[in-house]
Amino acid sequence: FISDCYFHCISLLTLAPVYYVNSNSVAQKIYVEVNNTVPCVRLLNATHQIGCQSSISGDTGVIHVLESEADLEWPLTKGPNPPYMILLESHLFTRSIMMKIKKESSRIAGVTVVVPNTSPSEFSPHTTCPNENTGVYSDTYGPHLAHCNTTVWNPLGNGLSYEEFDFPVFSLKEDKQAEAIKQCYYDHNRVVNGSAPQYPLCAMQLFSHMFAVTDTATCMRRNDVINFSINPEMVCDPLGDFNVWGSIRPYNRSQLGHRDNESVVMAAARLDSRAFFWDVSTGAEGSISGFVTLLAAAHALRDVTQVAPPTHNILFAFFQGEAFDYIGSSRMVYDMQNGKFVIDLDNVHSLLEIGQVGLRNGSDLFLHSDPVSRMNDTVNDQVREHERYRCSLIHRHHSSATGANFSLVEPGVSQPLPPSSLQRFLRAQNIPGIVLADHRAAFNNKYYESYYDNADNLNLRYPPNMTAEEQLEFLTDTAMALTEVATVVARALYKQAGGDGTQVDNIKADSKTVTQMLFGFLVQANNSWFQALIPPELKDMLSLLLLIPPDFYVGVASSSPAKAKPLTRLVQFLLANLTGTATNLTQDQCQKPDDLPDESVQMYSYLWVQGTVPHNGTEKGPFCVRASVRLSQALSPAFDLGEYASRNYSTWTESRWKFIKARIFLVASRDLEMLTLGVGVAVLFSSLLVTYFISTKADVLFSSAREPASAAY
Amino acid sequence: MTAAVFFGCTFIAFGPAISLFLFTIARDPLRVIFLIAGAFFWLCSLLLSSLVWFITVQISNKDSSSQQKGLLIFGVVLSVLLQETFRFGYYKLLKKANEGLLMLSSEETMPISIQQLAYVSGLGFGFMSGAFSVVNILADSVGPGTIGIHGDSQHYFLSSAFMTMAIILLHMFWGVVFFDACEKQLWWSLAVVVSSHLLVSCLTFQNPQYVGSLVPTYIIMFLMGLWAFVCAGGSLRNLKFCLTCKDKDFLLAHHRPR
Repeated sequence: FISDCYFHCISLLTLAPVYYVNSNSVAQKIYVEVNNTVPCVRLLNATHQIGCQSSISGDTGVIHVLESEADLEWPLTKGPNPPYMILLESHLFTRSIMMKIKKESSRIAGVTVVVPNTSPSEFSPHTTCPNENTGVYSDTYGPHLAHCNTTVWNPLGNGLSYEEFDFPVFSLKEDKQAEAIKQCYYDHNRVVNGSAPQYPLCAMQLFSHMFAVTDTATCMRRNDVINFSINPEMVCDPLGDFNVWGSIRPYNRSQLGHRDNESVVMAAARLDSRAFFWDVSTGAEGSISGFVTLLAAAHALRDVTQVAPPTHNILFAFFQGEAFDYIGSSRMVYDMQNGKFVIDLDNVHSLLEIGQVGLRNGSDLFLHSDPVSRMNDTVNDQVREHERYRCSLIHRHHSSATGANFSLVEPGVSQPLPPSSLQRFLRAQNIPGIVLADHRAAFNNKYYESYYDNADNLNLRYPPNMTAEEQLEFLTDTAMALTEVATVVARALYKQAGGDGTQVDNIKADSKTVTQMLFGFLVQANNSWFQALIPPELKDMLSLLLLIPPDFYVGVASSSPAKAKPLTRLVQFLLANLTGTATNLTQDQCQKPDDLPDESVQMYSYLWVQGTVPHNGTEKGPFCVRASVRLSQALSPAFDLGEYASRNYSTWTESRWKFIKARIFLVASRDLEMLTLGVGVAVLFSSLLVTYFISTKADVLFSSAREPASAAY
Repeated sequence: MTAAVFFGCTFIAFGPAISLFLFTIARDPLRVIFLIAGAFFWLCSLLLSSLVWFITVQISNKDSSSQQKGLLIFGVVLSVLLQETFRFGYYKLLKKANEGLLMLSSEETMPISIQQLAYVSGLGFGFMSGAFSVVNILADSVGPGTIGIHGDSQHYFLSSAFMTMAIILLHMFWGVVFFDACEKQLWWSLAVVVSSHLLVSCLTFQNPQYVGSLVPTYIIMFLMGLWAFVCAGGSLRNLKFCLTCKDKDFLLAHHRPR
């Protein structure tokens, strides 16, 4: 078999005309590659597999553009050329249509969803009760509150993300490519007056073959046998990443476990989100609003905690993987329980979590707390003391709210906690905690854990005709609203930690920081402010974040913090710059600070960052930031313990795959193909016959010209 | 277009060539060797012509399509001329080899006649030429798609296969006629061979009007086939004898063993 490279070099001069292109021109005449597609991948947990799967050589189907739900009849029952590849507009991407397609999946090769630039009125592919099995409410703890019996948190959820499809589902943006595909359908596949369209028909092939099957236990077992198999290939990877945590006063990282006389106020937020399709989750309201607020609050507390340090320490935690059964928070709780973290659960004074706070719309914020632990005033003095702390927590929130334009309201006492990291802490120990959110009962977020939870969902608007740098600096209304929340949070944390009451009014969050963070995380990550915060060797990292806006899916776990997700590292550097101090150390000293007498790498982390260019034009240049900010692994304890079918911990894994691509082409009718084969076989047989005839009679046939001398055959 | 089309086109393109190989060449190792050597000579001619074409393309203006078209025509003509040159070179080599073989062998007569060499070398040229024409097209025919999404004709695979079959057979006929012409010093026959080769190659510029390129090519193939038949010693009388099964009588009459 002659290689393609040889053909490329030589080309076919003698016969068929060659169109001068630098690659395989025949394949280019047949296939049109579809770029920028987003697949839906397979995820597995202890009991199920969810997501989509294609066959190993791709799934080919005749394109059918769905115009309405009634139009489904053609591909599912009436159409004469199965299998069909259905092209949907996003307003038709509903549960009822997808379930109908799933039932007749023998006639359907796959589904492609065309996503417009504007969002539909509502869409949430997540379940109605997120993380219902790994929260704190179960049959033994608040059974009447478990499984969303009292409050359905995500009523718009259609659960599509948790269904299993055995055909590929891809998503395309509504651009020229999608138009071309629809044009191909209109040219070749249109149904005219109920009669079948003529061959050749326009078809599409999707490749997204996933290696893992059944559930996590099966795929981890198959991973383990790779050492003995001929073809060593992992089939799945656990989901996970790294949590970012930082504190006002540093902790010696070599001293793990319980610390005597240490009582820490924790503040938490989640970093990640997810969507139906892979790697396109933005989570503007779902997670960004929360952690941006917490970052701004941490920044606001920096100065006051140096001037008037509070009694208790404050620890800021940003958890990754919360969308998948609380990977990050369950890991931190597990580490705390087993003495692998710098503090343990007894050291936690209280926990304030920032939930979804972006869609306040000028109205109140709600303080959610766990009614079961509040009612549980049995015997234990410690519990009662925590009760007192809890009431004072709410009291403190109220009083710090007096300076703000909104009030903090408690929803009904009998309402459970919304899905939050606090639930994992409560599972382990009764800790007083509050979740701050903009919703009283059901979420205000109409696009929870979906692709549409983006800047538009938060009403992030910029005036037209602004450059990226101008937009970076522009103070949006959303940013102002979040700044108010951040101020309240910072003051509440300070007072909760026993800080000086007179200093409270000096705590104000910086709206410029908030708006810059919102721009960076929701519009464009590769901007000058973010560039200034990261080390020089990582500056390509931001330009590699090609998806605009960046994506917050937790992804597969990596072993070392250096390989953490770029966005996690960005949050790490942000927290370091916002809560740490700039030092005068040189680059070498920054890498080996232990040589200096005052610095200790056990207490702080030292990060060499690029530095900003101040507005007066003088280049500040890179410098060393000293901050008590660290990364801690966010991998579910189930994987360390080897309990792949665990019911207590998250067991989510993501399947591996070889390649994911899509292409369109024309297909010919089966009859024409069989005719070609028939003609070929006929030609072969007839030529065999004729040649046999000629060769046996060759003496006679070619006798005239032969001279008598030369005889031999 | 799937495996059915792949096998169909392969059989169409290489059917006659394979059957010729199986029945006439495969049993005799000497013929096999000369076949492969012939194929190699064709390959060398292609290498040389593609080298020239590659260099000229690199130094040309890549944006001007008329220049590229002109270069393509130049490339085709050059390749045809080089192939015929290498065929002549192979002829010369075979003449020398035959004398050498005669000296080395213990028999008194030549192990293989020049007519058989002509046929075998022509078939060798044909095999290699057919392989280069059609193998990459066959490779793409295995996939699920067929040509046409950019508006090209759907019959690309089929017509390429038929064209390849014609070319393979044509090379064989040209080989026979060419060697015969060289033996008998008939230079005008040589010129006709070369010009018919040029004609067939230039006919392919008519694609995608496949009728316009295939029909004349097949007409030329039949004509060349007849000419080669006559050069190789055939005649209408022999053909009639074979077809009416009087060949046995013919052989007995001429005291020839079967």
